[in-house]
Amino acid sequence: MLDDFLIRAAFAAIGTALAASVLGCFVVWRRMAYFGDATAHAAILGVAIALALDISVFAGVAFVAIIVALLIHRLSDRAQGTDTILGVLAHGALAFGLVAVTLIPGARINLDAYLFGDVLTVSRGNIVVIWLGAAIVLTTLWWHWSALLTATLSADLATASGIDPRRENLILTLLMAAVVAVAIKVVGALLITALLVIPAASARHGAHTPEAMAVTAMAVGVLSALAGLTLAVRLDTPAGPSIVCAAVVIYALATIGGKLRTIGSYSP
Amino acid sequence: MSLISVRGVEVAINRTTILQDVSMDIEPGEIVTIVGPNGSGKSTLLRVLIGALPPTRGSVTRTPGLRLGYVPQKLAIDATLPLTARRFLDLPHRVDTPAAHKALVVAGVPDVADRQMSDLSGGQFQRVLLARAILSRPQLLILDEATQGLDQPGAARFYQQIEAVRRNLNCAVLMVSHELHVVMAASDRVICLNGHICCEGTPEVVSAAPAYRELFGTGTGGALALYRHDHDHAHDHGHNHDQHHHHATAD
Repeated sequence: MLDDFLIRAAFAAIGTALAASVLGCFVVWRRMAYFGDATAHAAILGVAIALALDISVFAGVAFVAIIVALLIHRLSDRAQGTDTILGVLAHGALAFGLVAVTLIPGARINLDAYLFGDVLTVSRGNIVVIWLGAAIVLTTLWWHWSALLTATLSADLATASGIDPRRENLILTLLMAAVVAVAIKVVGALLITALLVIPAASARHGAHTPEAMAVTAMAVGVLSALAGLTLAVRLDTPAGPSIVCAAVVIYALATIGGKLRTIGSYSP
Repeated sequence: MSLISVRGVEVAINRTTILQDVSMDIEPGEIVTIVGPNGSGKSTLLRVLIGALPPTRGSVTRTPGLRLGYVPQKLAIDATLPLTARRFLDLPHRVDTPAAHKALVVAGVPDVADRQMSDLSGGQFQRVLLARAILSRPQLLILDEATQGLDQPGAARFYQQIEAVRRNLNCAVLMVSHELHVVMAASDRVICLNGHICCEGTPEVVSAAPAYRELFGTGTGGALALYRHDHDHAHDHGHNHDQHHHHATAD
């Protein structure tokens, strides 16, 4: 059954969406979207390295994403000018990656596949890597949920409770790198942040607890993945951007629904 | 043994000295208030005490396994984070519902469990922070400007609540404030801070100290009137003491 490319694509997209949606909640709560961008854009540099060294793209991307994420993690301690540093890193890594990829002799590669994803060509091996990565991300988030939430509310509050907020930040940083590596095949480097932020933002409306928001975000992520793939097959559109389009439509509907409910609750 | 013992602590951030030569102890069960004008390093000292900020020089020793209850000055909860008061009490460790309810009752907000933190009034919010802090059965409760944004009767009620909590848990309380006249009445000991410890002692001793008067001047006439008592020799002593510090800061 897994021979069917559509089923494989669906498995890959769902695994990615699950991990990205839950981590995305923390990205939204902590306003780390730009941080996600920087890590994701650096992935192209990882693709270049992987091709040059003839190693797995996942490994190359994960390696560079971890380096960039750790770099940002260290720099962000200094508080001043984090935005600027992220801007330099994000676009610097992307530009160097794009140049490096074209400099690699021999193989003519399809850059679009790494910028916008190529989920319809995932192999069984890819799916194993994606679900392994997703499982690591979700298990770690589950394990550290309370500590991460406390550190998200306030670093000092966490410290007073015996939680090291720097350690929790580092964990999020590494998970971000893992999600980037998992998602590059599915939505590509340019749209990974969308997969992090949009399902979480859609889930905000109507959620009363962080857990409810995370579960709803997972549902929105999976729904976006399936709707986007359907769209891509029916209309012959690129799959990655189609998944993000589906997520944006869900976000718009959730926002309008939320507004209508608010208005409704005010009228007698 | 002291719960926390601070010796010769100096804190410099970006080469600006914020605290210097601070030594203090907090004993089990006592109420200590740190007073000082804005920018005097009060919040910095608290962050050193809870371990969030390593001192540049000096040492901070905590009793092993010390349970801290920390009520921060403010808590900015991002609008994207849905959080009921009940869920907040579960951070970082889950508590059962009867315990959570009891904490809310003790803190004076029995009915807010299902409300969103962002929908609470300033006073309710502070009380939920207090409820969370006492759930860990702290040996030391630390409150940073906890009554900011409360009106004076509200602040007075909040402090009564804290005294009730102290009786209930038999914990030490460390408060930071600039609302001297309300806070000092409940304190066993007052530490007057302005980058260094200007003076220290019972509320009566501190309010009579010239170093304290120089810092808080005429604006706190009420507090001075409330605590003023005969303390003849303190003037000369305090004056010299004060000059000494002026030299120290000029160096």
